[in-house]
Amino acid sequence: MAISKIWVYAEADGDSPATSTLELLTKARELGGTLEAVYVGANGSALAAGLGDHGATKVFAVDPGDVLPGVVGAATLATLIGEHAPDVVLFAQSYQGRDASAALSAKLDRPVLTNGTDLRVDGDNLVVGTAIFGGNTLVDTEFEGDGPYLAVIRPKSFAAEPAGGGAAEVVSVPAADAGRAGEAKVLSTFVEEREGPKLEEAVVVVSGGRGIGSAEAFGPLVDELAKLLGGASGASRAIVDAGWVPYSKQVGQTGKVVKPKLYIALGISGATQHMVGMKGSDNIIAVNKDGEAPIFGIADLGIVGDVHKVVPQLIEAIKAKQ
Amino acid sequence: MNIAVCVKQIPDPVVPGKLAADHTLDRAGDAILDDSDAYGVEMALQLVDKAEGDGEVILISMAPDGAVKGLRTALAMGAARAVLVSDDALAGSDSLSTAKVLAKAVDRAGGVDLLLTATESTDGYTGTVPAQIAELLGWPALTFAKHVELADGKVTIQRQTEDGYDIVEASLPAVVSVTAGVVEPRYPSFKGIMAAKNKPVDAVTAGDLGLDAGAVGWAGARQKIVSVGAAPAREAGEKIEDDGESFNRVVAFLEQLKVV
Ligand SMILES: Cc1cc2nc3c(=O)[nH]c(=O)nc-3n(C[C@H](O)[C@H](O)[C@H](O)COP(=O)(O)OP(=O)(O)OC[C@H]3O[C@@H](n4cnc5c(N)ncnc54)[C@H](O)[C@@H]3O)c2cc1C
Ligand SMILES: Nc1ncnc2c1ncn2[C@@H]1O[C@H](COP(=O)(O)O)[C@@H](O)[C@H]1O
Repeated sequence: MAISKIWVYAEADGDSPATSTLELLTKARELGGTLEAVYVGANGSALAAGLGDHGATKVFAVDPGDVLPGVVGAATLATLIGEHAPDVVLFAQSYQGRDASAALSAKLDRPVLTNGTDLRVDGDNLVVGTAIFGGNTLVDTEFEGDGPYLAVIRPKSFAAEPAGGGAAEVVSVPAADAGRAGEAKVLSTFVEEREGPKLEEAVVVVSGGRGIGSAEAFGPLVDELAKLLGGASGASRAIVDAGWVPYSKQVGQTGKVVKPKLYIALGISGATQHMVGMKGSDNIIAVNKDGEAPIFGIADLGIVGDVHKVVPQLIEAIKAKQ
Repeated sequence: MNIAVCVKQIPDPVVPGKLAADHTLDRAGDAILDDSDAYGVEMALQLVDKAEGDGEVILISMAPDGAVKGLRTALAMGAARAVLVSDDALAGSDSLSTAKVLAKAVDRAGGVDLLLTATESTDGYTGTVPAQIAELLGWPALTFAKHVELADGKVTIQRQTEDGYDIVEASLPAVVSVTAGVVEPRYPSFKGIMAAKNKPVDAVTAGDLGLDAGAVGWAGARQKIVSVGAAPAREAGEKIEDDGESFNRVVAFLEQLKVV
């Protein structure tokens, strides 16, 4: 069996395909073979142009209605896989991607490899690269036994590049009946207000950690600096767990992966789980009063100092320039 | 209301991790309760307290060498009993095999209305086990919960999303994975620690659960590590002590990057 057909589990961001989906399509193009997408959500036809432009020739669109899409999506995928026999199904490591891949794995009785940061075809096999121990060790794993091979890839592992294809053909597919397992209903949706660019897409990210001292310090230090630099503010898990800022700001293994041109870490120690989310940034500046903090090991510019002194001075200096 | 909680017992994360000769995570040394699961235990204790009628918190764990240290910690917090699956045949289990074992253990525990897990373990962090267990049990999976409520035979959660949260509801029994920080895990009291010593731990093997050895462990994983290598290291750059003027160096750096 060669790898001749690859499916990407597509997700939407508003009316377009999510960036993580486009990243997967771009990489899958390189692996070769037929490339198609499966989308479980409302308004699949809106995604056809973006998916096609990134190499998908077809999108199977499944409208799950008001239930959580993962389980019903997996049940429908299982049926589609029976009919169309893809060799590989790729998922983004997002909330939806994790739900769907896990349910599908159990349904098909196939292993699923998660936390992937690289993909390569080796003969008939698919090799998934993962970075462990905070990104210090790279492990390549290949599948054994029957496909389809299920792989879940961390966002920002590949760059998204259009291939210039026409819109993908939209094939509407009814949602499969997943029984009781599929009944979890979404009653309502809350979107947190956000000013400025999205964290995952910002050119500059300024993140605060426990070292900023209090929830009250986040606005004047972290948000303010981010705003001045046209960037987005982020956070370590320590201050998300403490309730200082919402979870949507968390950078790291359980939060978002960011790769901005510049990442500024304020009062963040540099735990491995934080670093996996920001290590790929082009440039890193860290301010931490502990000269031994691990964050300095990856910082291009490290300031050993107190954020309450350095950051207000920095903000004033930037304001004076603008 | 009986609530089962998956608790993983893991090598102390303070000790830097390493791989054993067979490329699995080196699990030598005393396993402790994964911090991530302490939130589930606390949540379960609170929910059973709030619910009407009788009920107990039951721990579910799969761990090598009959490890109980982490279970004792959770029993000391207030859980009533535990089902522990320990079997050499389970070495090398991937997330799906682990889920198969845990799902059977939930059956064995009996009368479970709600199963809580963490969203991902500290050492393995595949993050797939909860939804796999749910699928195997045929129960709804309500994942990434940052708030959980039980009423009228239903569970309602606030489910974390990329830019906020959804309110999600399902009938019981169900599986809910809870995020870190949902509740403040209690410290075991001295009384709790003493009581934990005598609480029942039902220790079973894969065979006792009716699992075929070929479906779990190495045989069931159907994946092979083909190489392990060091990642290209990111070099540390310039590091300066703040002397009251270091912000100027930062401004110069920002100018060089053209972000100001
Ligand atoms: C399964 C799992 C998943 C995780 N996922 C994530 C994740 O996605 N993202 C994440 O961030 N973490 C994650 N963590 C948590 C991670 O291990 C760390 O606990 C966390 O990143 C620490 O946050 P911190 O650096 O803000 O706090 P700390 O480690 O407490 O560091 C605070 C730093 O501030 C410095 N400081 C204090 N005062 C000042 C001052 N006045 N001026 C300057 N510096 C000061 C201190 O020197 C210290 O270095 C995860 C952990 C686990 C187990
Ligand atoms: N061996 C295990 N024993 C008990 N619970 C587990 C085990 N493995 C995974 N879990 C549960 O499933 C969650 C997700 O695990 P993982 O998929 O490994 O990230 C964990 O946080 C635990 O709650």
